[in-house]
Amino acid sequence: MTRSDGNAAYIAGMRPQDILLPAAAGLCCKPGGFHIDPVRPVERAVITHGHSDHARAGHGAVLATQETLDMMRLRYGENFAGSTQAIRYGEEIRLGDVRVKFHPAGHVLGSAQIAVTCKETCIVASGDYKDASDPTCTPFELVPCDVFITEATFGLPVFRHGDAADEVRKLLASVALFPERAHLVGAYSLGKAQRVIKLLRQAGYDAPIYLHGAMETITHYYQSRGIELGELRPVKGVKKAALAGTITLAPPSATSDLWTRRFPDPVTAFASGWMRVRARARQRGVELPLVISDHADWDGLTATIGATGAGEIWVTHGQEDALVHWCRSKGLKAQPLDLVGYGDEEESETPVQGEAEA
Amino acid sequence: MNRFAELLDRLAYEPGRNNKLRLITGYFREVGDPDRGYALAALTGALSFKHAKPALIRDLIASRTDEVLFGLSYDYVGDLSETVALMWPKRVVYDNQSLLGHPSPPPSPARGEGAQRGAAQQTRFKTDSSLASDGRTSPTVPSPLAGEGQGGGHSGRDPNESIHPSNHNNPPPPTLTEVVTTLRTLGKTELPKQLERWLDELDETGRWALLKLVTGALRIGISARLAKTAAAALGDKDPHEVELIWPGLIPPYLDLFAWLEGRADKPVNRDPAPFRPVMLAHAIEDADFAALDPADYIAEWKWDGIRVQAVAGRDERGHVTARLYSRTGEDITGSFPDLVPSLRLPGAIDGELLILREGRVQSFNVLQQRLNRKVVSPKLIKEFPIHLRAYDLLGDDENDLRELPFAERRERLESFIKKLDDPRIDLSPTVPFASWEALTAARADPASAGAGEDADAVEGVMLKRRDAPYLPGRPKGQWWKWKRDPHIIDAVLMYAQRGHGKRSSYYSDYTFGVWTAGEGGDELVPVGKAYFGFTDEELLQIDRFVRRNTTEKFGPVRHVVHEGDKGLVLEVAFEGLQRSPRHKSGVAMRFPRISRLRWDKPPKEADRLETLERMLKAEAAEIEV
Ligand SMILES: [Zn+2]
Repeated sequence: MTRSDGNAAYIAGMRPQDILLPAAAGLCCKPGGFHIDPVRPVERAVITHGHSDHARAGHGAVLATQETLDMMRLRYGENFAGSTQAIRYGEEIRLGDVRVKFHPAGHVLGSAQIAVTCKETCIVASGDYKDASDPTCTPFELVPCDVFITEATFGLPVFRHGDAADEVRKLLASVALFPERAHLVGAYSLGKAQRVIKLLRQAGYDAPIYLHGAMETITHYYQSRGIELGELRPVKGVKKAALAGTITLAPPSATSDLWTRRFPDPVTAFASGWMRVRARARQRGVELPLVISDHADWDGLTATIGATGAGEIWVTHGQEDALVHWCRSKGLKAQPLDLVGYGDEEESETPVQGEAEA
Repeated sequence: MNRFAELLDRLAYEPGRNNKLRLITGYFREVGDPDRGYALAALTGALSFKHAKPALIRDLIASRTDEVLFGLSYDYVGDLSETVALMWPKRVVYDNQSLLGHPSPPPSPARGEGAQRGAAQQTRFKTDSSLASDGRTSPTVPSPLAGEGQGGGHSGRDPNESIHPSNHNNPPPPTLTEVVTTLRTLGKTELPKQLERWLDELDETGRWALLKLVTGALRIGISARLAKTAAAALGDKDPHEVELIWPGLIPPYLDLFAWLEGRADKPVNRDPAPFRPVMLAHAIEDADFAALDPADYIAEWKWDGIRVQAVAGRDERGHVTARLYSRTGEDITGSFPDLVPSLRLPGAIDGELLILREGRVQSFNVLQQRLNRKVVSPKLIKEFPIHLRAYDLLGDDENDLRELPFAERRERLESFIKKLDDPRIDLSPTVPFASWEALTAARADPASAGAGEDADAVEGVMLKRRDAPYLPGRPKGQWWKWKRDPHIIDAVLMYAQRGHGKRSSYYSDYTFGVWTAGEGGDELVPVGKAYFGFTDEELLQIDRFVRRNTTEKFGPVRHVVHEGDKGLVLEVAFEGLQRSPRHKSGVAMRFPRISRLRWDKPPKEADRLETLERMLKAEAAEIEV
């Protein structure tokens, strides 16, 4: 049996690898003349979302959602790119020989999947995504396609994130049980932190929530986009005793460092999909693991892959092996895409300026 | 079961003793009988049923999942019960709601464009009915419940539940009581089916706790003592009161909880051989002696063995029951059947478990061969003959002696041992002394101060006030322990790791090494780890040193500079040394701690492995009989 017989659908179009191909700078679209989420400076970049491993500074022209462009501006300053162009969800534009359309990815505010169509062949680069509910961003949208490029951050069947609201209830139960201790919640500062705050509000928690300095800018940006987060206060300068019984959000790197000494007998929580695995939680010295993820879990990945109707799956950043195996066992063509430079944002988050003294 | 699992899960991460207590007491307050009673039994190790073998768990998961996916998952998680708990797929229910090959329900109104496209997708997709996620039904249709929880999104995973949430047939998850009582009576052949049912019904944490429980691997760092203390706190009772009645209680402890909640009288302990909470000593410091009068004290040798309480009593029919307890009240009779026949006289002896060969006490290393054994073979009993050296008498037949002054108890003990007249049980001799100087001399040279050939097993002296009653816990000024000076070496700090809990922001766990000849000259080989012994101020100093002198980072571990002329020398004190094939150096230390920071000493002047090997040779000869 030859390999070409599975490509009947593409005969009218092009081979998918002629449309998108992994290159040193990232996923390259030759007929469109751009890269998706490039890790090195390129002439034209199309960017899925604002996390620093996907959205880097120094490109010539950047096409992204308004929110993603705003986040890049907040992180890198006004001159982060030669020129920018904002695009809305559902909007389609032509770049070279291809059409590009943005769809919500449900990952963080402004996150998008990028559908690239050339002739009759459609490839969806989904960036980071989740199909779970998130009150701080537009829900994931299913985009039928021929080739689906999926992340695999949580691409093992052991990763099944339950209901995030239950995890927040766990946090609130702990606050009630230990009113004299401070609760310190490690959460990635773009997306996760705001989602946790919003979930706390939805669970009826209306006391002020404290923020580590590195959280403030992006959280205020979320508020400026109409996401109600209730009363937030900087934790800087607050007396130790006054922090008893409170909740503070901080970047993961801060929750296990000198910075925590300002809190009364802190309970260190960490909101992450990694908290599903005990060894990972213990390794970080977490006392209250909260399984809250902004990436799709195993069931989400497999369900989404199936639902796109794609006959070919390209798997990137994460546990590619398991997901590729699963796709093949279901009769789908699948291969790992060797893209370097993308990681789990929580693991790669480096201290932000101002964090040390925050 | 899910609520109990949640408690276990939380306890496993909580390092603070008081916080653990709060969590357990909170659970007892919130959960009713009989579940909380079985929880207390599980935490105190009082549950007994036949454990499932790991092979059974493997078979169960193999029947539900793909072998490759299981392998990759197990590699990642590293723990069988946890892997199975996390990846256990829901059962496939084929009924007419199943979407495989059936017309699709109308698309979700909640998702606008995306949902419609999802539905349109149906036509393309429905022919491939194999596209289910490991036993889950086909993920093809948008769910009207979009927005409910993580993963309840577009894809309609688990359509049987999400599309018709009200008519799913899942039975409620089992209670802890159901699990425990079922396991007690279940036949071996019925176990797999029953486990499978429970795994289907429980959530991830519940499955994890269930698998730990049935495989007998429920180790969560909680002592029986702590669990009982948490129960006592429920009724503001002294934990000793619970200890006293504990041996007569059986799960699910309805009478205990009734008393703790003020609904009934205190349960009466009908155990003929109950445990009595032990009295402990304070470590004495040089400065303490000035305030003490030698005439008020009796001195004994402090033996390097295992502190035990040997109790014998008559049941209602007059038969003598004998039990051996550890100092925490754990029943360890089963490990020392060779001592039981010697416990014929009703009474309660406080003493030290030792190994005697030809009348001579062996070192702790020898005794260790008898600890934590699942099977006590005749060979073991013969080669490591057990012995009890008595130093206090808490009960004599029906009489509770604990209110009596120590001097009087000592007299009663002497006549009790004489009357018993058993070669396996003897009296720990007192050490006569008139002044602290005389006792200092005796402590420095036990062999010539009466300990004779047993001197090697002496680790110091005990001082007990003549008039002290036997009080549970560690009362001030009554008993003192004055240990022999520990072994000391100078080692070099090699790696540092963050501590837990309050110490999680400090590098407080240290791996240290000594010099040995390597291929390229002298190199450091790790010989131990220590995480206490230093003062708070010293901790800050070491922490600062670690942060400024890190050469590499591996996760939570930092490599700290350790060269001949750069690095930190730690004076390490320890109690003993053992050969250990698990360590690269071949030796393992007992009870190592940091006794001093030697900022003054360059690392190249730290000790060498040969020094430890010499000490080891002196001790090892005794084990090999
Ligand atoms: Zn991301």
